[in-house]
Amino acid sequence: MSDLLLMGGHGAYVWSAYAISCAALLGICVWPLARLRKLRAKLLRRMAEEARAGR
Amino acid sequence: MPKGMETAAQPRTGAARGWRRLREAFHKAGSPRWFFAGCRAWMIGLYAIGAPLVVVGAVWGLAFVPPDRLQGDSFRILFVHVPAVHVAQSVYYAIAVAAVVYLVWRMKMADMVIAVGAPIGLAITAAALLTGIIWGIPTWGTGWVWDARTVSTLVLLILFFGLTALRQAVVRPQRAALAVALLALVGVVNLPIIKYSVDWFATLHQPPSIRIGQKPAIAAVFLWPLALTTLGYYCLAVAAGLAGLRALIVDREAGADWVRQWLARPAPASE
Repeated sequence: MSDLLLMGGHGAYVWSAYAISCAALLGICVWPLARLRKLRAKLLRRMAEEARAGR
Repeated sequence: MPKGMETAAQPRTGAARGWRRLREAFHKAGSPRWFFAGCRAWMIGLYAIGAPLVVVGAVWGLAFVPPDRLQGDSFRILFVHVPAVHVAQSVYYAIAVAAVVYLVWRMKMADMVIAVGAPIGLAITAAALLTGIIWGIPTWGTGWVWDARTVSTLVLLILFFGLTALRQAVVRPQRAALAVALLALVGVVNLPIIKYSVDWFATLHQPPSIRIGQKPAIAAVFLWPLALTTLGYYCLAVAAGLAGLRALIVDREAGADWVRQWLARPAPASE
C-alpha cells in the first residue's frame, strides 16, 4: 500500500497529476448539470411569480 | 427543373433517399427543441460509460502496470496526460466545424456548440498542460520548456480562453457569436502546429508513441489502461458537452412555449 502512495519517490508528482485530472473531469461533468438544475428552479420561481401577478 | 419540383418529387434512388434523410437530420439537429429532447438519453449513457472507463483505466494504470524501465513510476502520468491532450484538440476541431456551420448557415445550435465547447476545452487543456508540467519535473528536470509542443498547447489554452472571454466582451449576442466563430476559425492554424511540432522541430517533448498504421512504440501492457482512460475521457467530454447544450438551450429559449411545458412537468431524477 505504501508502495502505491510513494510511487518510487515520484508519489507527489503522480498523485497531484491524477488529482488535477480528476478535478478537471468532475468540473466539466458536474457544472452543466448544476447549471440546468439552477436555471430550472429560477424559471419555475419566475413562472410562479407571473401566475400570482396575473391573478 | 423548377426549384419547387425537386423537394416535391419523391427521391427514387437509395442515394437520394439517404441524402434527404441526412439533410432532415441536419435540420432537426439545428432545432434546439428537438436536440434538447433527443440528447438526454445520449448524455446519460455517455456519463454512465465514461465514468467507469476512466476509473478502471486510472486504477489499472496506477496499480496494476509495472513501472517504466527508464522513468520509473512517474510515467503513470501518461494515462491522464495523453487523453487530456487528445480530447483538448478534438474539442477544438468540433468548435472549428461548428464555426464553419455557423458562418455559412447561421445555425443557432452551432453557435451554442462553440459556447459550450470553449470552457470544456479550457478545463481539459489546463489539465493537459499541468499534468505535462508535473511530469516534466522528474523526467526532464524542468517543468516548463519553451519548445514548440508546449507553446502550441499553451496557445490552445489561450484560444479557448479567448473564445470564452470574447463572447463576454461583445455586448450584442449576434455580433459576439460572429466574432467568436471567426476567432475559432483563425485558431485552426494552431492545430497542425501542435500535431507536427514534435516532428518538425527539435523538441524536448518526445514524439508520439502511437501512430496510426504503425506498431506502437510502447509496451502492450501500457496500451490497455491508456485506451480505457482515453475512451472514457472522450465519453465524459461529449456527455458534458450535451449537458452544457441542454442548459444553454433552456437559457436561450426560456420564453418559448415548449420550455414552459418542460418546466411544468415534474423534474426527472437527473435534473
